Amino acid sequence: MGRKILFVTTDQQRYDTLACNGGVLSRTPVVDALAAQGIRYERCQPTSVVCMPSRASMLTGQFPSTHGAWMNGVALAIDAPSFAEVLHDAGYKTALIGKAHFEPFLDPFGRFSENALANLGIPTVEEPWFDGRQGPHRGFDHLEFSTHGAQGFTHYAKWMQQNHPEQIGNFYQVLDADLQVNAAGGGDTDAPQVKSNPIPKDWYHTDWVADRTINWLRQQPADADWFCWMSFPDPHHPWDPPAEEVRRVPWRDVELPVNYPTSPSEREALLDQKARHWRAWYDGRVVSNYEAPAKWVPATMTEDQVREVNALNAVEVELIDEALGRVIGALEQMGCADDVDIFFTTDHGELQGDFGLLFKGPYHVDGLLRLPLIWRPAPSSAVAPAVVKAPVSLVSLAATFLNVAGEPTPSWVEGSVLPQSDSDASERTFDATVTEWDSAIFGLDVHVRSVLTSKYLLTKYQKGALHDGSEGELYVLDDDPLQRVNRFNDPVLSDVQSELAQRLHDHEVRPGDRATPGVLVAPV
Amino acid sequence: MATVRYERRIKADPDTVWSIFCEPNSIPEWFPGVVSCTVEGSIRVITLGTGLSMPEEIMTIDPLLRRFQYKVTSPLYHFHLGTIDVIELGPLDSLCVYSTTAVPDALALITGGATDGALDEIKRMAEEKMKEQH
Repeated sequence: MGRKILFVTTDQQRYDTLACNGGVLSRTPVVDALAAQGIRYERCQPTSVVCMPSRASMLTGQFPSTHGAWMNGVALAIDAPSFAEVLHDAGYKTALIGKAHFEPFLDPFGRFSENALANLGIPTVEEPWFDGRQGPHRGFDHLEFSTHGAQGFTHYAKWMQQNHPEQIGNFYQVLDADLQVNAAGGGDTDAPQVKSNPIPKDWYHTDWVADRTINWLRQQPADADWFCWMSFPDPHHPWDPPAEEVRRVPWRDVELPVNYPTSPSEREALLDQKARHWRAWYDGRVVSNYEAPAKWVPATMTEDQVREVNALNAVEVELIDEALGRVIGALEQMGCADDVDIFFTTDHGELQGDFGLLFKGPYHVDGLLRLPLIWRPAPSSAVAPAVVKAPVSLVSLAATFLNVAGEPTPSWVEGSVLPQSDSDASERTFDATVTEWDSAIFGLDVHVRSVLTSKYLLTKYQKGALHDGSEGELYVLDDDPLQRVNRFNDPVLSDVQSELAQRLHDHEVRPGDRATPGVLVAPV
Repeated sequence: MATVRYERRIKADPDTVWSIFCEPNSIPEWFPGVVSCTVEGSIRVITLGTGLSMPEEIMTIDPLLRRFQYKVTSPLYHFHLGTIDVIELGPLDSLCVYSTTAVPDALALITGGATDGALDEIKRMAEEKMKEQH
């Protein structure tokens, strides 16, 4: 019998939303305890700051430029490699419960299995695998999906339609009548993507994901090896947690984020130091990607709106923590908790007021780049608790899961097994991570590459609709932890910039087979 | 309004390609995600893999031009026009072009994305049919 694995992901959660990472708004005792017992990573980066490419990297252990799901709306090839296929072959029971998003959501045809499965009423479907065999969808023999809200084609939406149809309209309408990300405001401050949602907590998707996870776990025989990906859709917008829970974090008492300059002129000066699309978005001149409401102008955001969004986000983070606590409680009741490795992370961050901005996009700074990552190895494995400061990446997850299961790292995996300490990281040269961005939608293309080391963050903008190929950003993290002073092309740092640029070049020309880039077939 | 277009070069004569999709009730055979349909006169109602039903109006079936046009009349779309053309390039060499114009823009992308899959199927079926004939 091997170690069992519970992989917990959230969506769009900042590093600093957890108390163990210095967060002050949310109480997260469950995740904090996992961090104290296990390994807490202080510099975990995504391969992409939007959902689909980042999640595809978790599954494949590959960068977006390798797996081919290069932006939201581009499906990961159905026969892309998957760590879950390897685990399935190794005899693991495999489940994914919650938000998957390897395939576009906006798919009324149900061409993609993730959107057809709830309607079919079966736990998985047979599909082609990377090695030419057929097997359960991406290696998972049990799938139950949910996403933000109760509409769409997920199992949660269907459950709501069958059990609580009167509640469906209480969620925020994520898309507007033009199928654009909704800019409509709500709550007390008229903030975008905010709504008071009278749904009881028990019926909200956070608790549903935990309930369904517990249900699946309890069906597993005591001697079974299993991998369960429990994937919460929150705290991604919309910010519409159960209204009865909102009082946990009164928004009027929330301090403004440390990286939210209260003076408009200061905000504008900071943005003007960065590549041109930052200020253009802030002013409402350009929305380069589908992830932010096209009809919303960040410059109009008020301090109270920032407070309310942060408060609601914190409520959602607390609900996730409590839901995870229930799942761990179930594992303890089942008597297997000591044999379970628990991973907790997210797919990317959220600007959440930094620089006067919300949501996400091609803006590679800590708000989007720095992620919570905690690995609590199975207590029976006696791994020493640690804090790892070295830069690591979500691309390492696939290799790590397989390593826990006693499986070698397949040749198609680009990430190495996560280090268990800084000395381990040093020995295995965990000294830099790369984040990619490519988007091309409605006539606008943006291409960005960033490399982060323990000291520096370099971002280079390749030629596209908004950039001429010469722009970049370089931040010295010790001196400028908020990434406010752009040192790109500063002669004092020319050697540093050259070395980091070389790392990006090395990433671009790294060896290995690349999948044909997928076709954009939906906005998200 | 947004418009998208996909095309495939198919190793088949244009009449064979046309025969794959010219009958309105054939759509479940070649359009991924369309699981069934009913046709009454010029009105076709398709049922999708998600369970959604979508009414359409057939606008053009022109075997000489080898052009098939239809519009989705579901209220989800403020406007839609789908056009499939088959163009003869040479012996056993055809170009099949599937255009989608829609409002809202996002629906052009979504519907057009599905037509890309439909073209794969039309190409596969037409080339298979050619092999069977020879």
